[in-house]
Amino acid sequence: MALIKDRELSEDSWVHIEDGVPVPSDGGAIVSLERWQAERDALSGRNAPIGIRLDSDTPAENLVADIDRLDLIAVPFSQFKDGRGYSTARLLRERYGFTGELRAVGNILRDQLAFLERCGFDSFEYAGGTDATEALRAFDEIEVVYQTATDRRQSAAATRNHPSRAFSNGTSG
Amino acid sequence: MYIYDEIDQTMVDQRVNQFRDQVRRRIAGELSEDEFKPLRLMNGVYLQLHAYMLRVAIPYGTLSAEQLRKLAWIARKYDRGYGHFTTRQNLQYNWPKLEELPDLLAELASVQMHALQTSGNCIRNVTADQFAGVAADEVIDPRIHAEIIRQWSTLHPEFTFLPRKFKIAVTGAETDRAAVKVHDIGLIAKRDVAGELGFEVIVGGGLGRTPMVGPTIRDFLPERHLLSYLEAVLRVYNQLGRRDNMYKARVKILVHETGAEKFTEMVEREWEQIRDTAVDLPAGERERIAAFFNPPLYDKAEDAAETLTRQVAGDADFAHWVETNVAPHKADGYAIANISLKPIGGVPGDASAEQMDAVAALAERFSFSEIRVTHEQNLVLPHVRQDELYAVWQTLKSYDLHTPNLGLVSDMIACPGMDYCALANARSIPLAQEISERFADLDRQYDIGELKLKISGCINACGHHHVGHIGILGVDRKGEEYYQITLGGSGAEDASLGDIVGPAFPYDKVVNAIETLVDAYLGVRADNERFLDTYRRLGADPFKEALYGVN
Repeated sequence: MALIKDRELSEDSWVHIEDGVPVPSDGGAIVSLERWQAERDALSGRNAPIGIRLDSDTPAENLVADIDRLDLIAVPFSQFKDGRGYSTARLLRERYGFTGELRAVGNILRDQLAFLERCGFDSFEYAGGTDATEALRAFDEIEVVYQTATDRRQSAAATRNHPSRAFSNGTSG
Repeated sequence: MYIYDEIDQTMVDQRVNQFRDQVRRRIAGELSEDEFKPLRLMNGVYLQLHAYMLRVAIPYGTLSAEQLRKLAWIARKYDRGYGHFTTRQNLQYNWPKLEELPDLLAELASVQMHALQTSGNCIRNVTADQFAGVAADEVIDPRIHAEIIRQWSTLHPEFTFLPRKFKIAVTGAETDRAAVKVHDIGLIAKRDVAGELGFEVIVGGGLGRTPMVGPTIRDFLPERHLLSYLEAVLRVYNQLGRRDNMYKARVKILVHETGAEKFTEMVEREWEQIRDTAVDLPAGERERIAAFFNPPLYDKAEDAAETLTRQVAGDADFAHWVETNVAPHKADGYAIANISLKPIGGVPGDASAEQMDAVAALAERFSFSEIRVTHEQNLVLPHVRQDELYAVWQTLKSYDLHTPNLGLVSDMIACPGMDYCALANARSIPLAQEISERFADLDRQYDIGELKLKISGCINACGHHHVGHIGILGVDRKGEEYYQITLGGSGAEDASLGDIVGPAFPYDKVVNAIETLVDAYLGVRADNERFLDTYRRLGADPFKEALYGVN
């Protein structure tokens, strides 16, 4: 597994902590939503970054009150074909204003990366069969986008209406 | 019709390169077949019984002559000299080789075509009324919004991994030729009392193993909000649609299980949050797209009707064809010419490369270079001068494209069935051919009148059997092909689902059964009553009695 963050291969400074396992006092820790809800004060009193795992059958709405206290939200994709996390990500970013790290975890494949990024993910636990460095090319394979999404890339329609503006080059926002 | 600009062209070109690399990785063994599957599906590539199949998108069924020629050329070079037009107005090639697919897609891209989203659990190629722009009863040309939807749905980042496939159809006319009520979303363009343009929005119709006529969830959606509203529907579906059982994953099940009213509330609540964001197109872009669908510059064609009357009087075969296959056009002196791809004994929807070239040439000469594909698997020349119909017909005749059977019993829909499809339980094509042969006598077909017969080789209902006046469904019974017959379905504005008439028939008894049903109808119909109307008036009893000898 390799970590891609902001379109680069990156060292992972976070650890996933299973329920029942003690949370280390330093370093980024990712815990389950249930654990966060049960131990909210203790976890946010740690002098270290905290993240939670938001399963795709849990509405993003459930996190509204906690959004500002979280440094990272991890959205698992247990299967390639389960696309609920794409909506979850857009809602977290666009509606609930989450600005921390939004991480796609699970079986993340090369050919999902561009879609995930457009929906607001900025980090990816990459499990794809191909080389992770090569996989970075996936972000730029198709430069044209027809929709406005979380990444704020300029849509084809917007470009046509403001022809003087150059195509923006798609970084997440 | 819509013409790509540099932006659209860049997209399809880059998509070809992306797919070329995916195929390269598959052939190099970097991707397993399992990993490759969702990627190829997103580009219309299926693995069928004998070979890969490629489904080419024909957005809302509109083709230029140049595009149709290219499809013919591809059929010769990469297939076995023919293609198959589908109920989603697309074209399927049955025999392409995997390693040649990238080149094939590059050929398509060279004429502004692609195979994007013709399969997979995404928003599929959008369909529309084949008489768009030429129907007299039309509020607006539905292709304008079909194109808007095509662009919006193309590689939509949020809706590419939906619970299941998602099909949208648009009509701008009162007469529903696009089967909008049996789509995941059906849109009917209309104007409100103030004359403002908008859409009736129907969600949750569909066929397959749980057929449903979709409920209207909004009577009038102002046109400028179309995309934000669609996005709201799709977001609700993406989050809440069932993913535990692929047979319950279509939006119709969500609408049904949630209740149309509650589902509507969820959509409206979501829409309130996004209706005034940048999801909807700027007015300038809507106008830019609309301008591509302005009508062509028609001739005055003053004496055209008179000439046609004379030609009809002088040639009985031509008169038959005009009566059956030609529809009224909104411009004076013009007509809509339907080209049947259902010759007696033929494979419904198949066209040879020679036929495609011939139709392309006719379109260039007589129809402003435009062709339409219908969801009933026929072709249309949408703008033919009435005094040129005779010349068109004569050419069609030399390519066996002149069968005057539109809407008649031999103009049936049939899925590919077990001859090609990996899902099928039974054959569809040979059955369609035998029924067609049985009713080969055209005078008899005229006498029977409008009769929509639709055949599916399995419960997935690609042949739309649920909405056939007579529907035939192939099922497997202990390794033997059996066929269930339904009566009384309709996919038009009076949409309804057919009822199973009784026990299924083995393959060799089906044609007789169909003939028995037709004879029963002829015996009890009132004047000018269609098969469907007789069934609706009298119910199943007379048909059951004829088939099974019991009431």
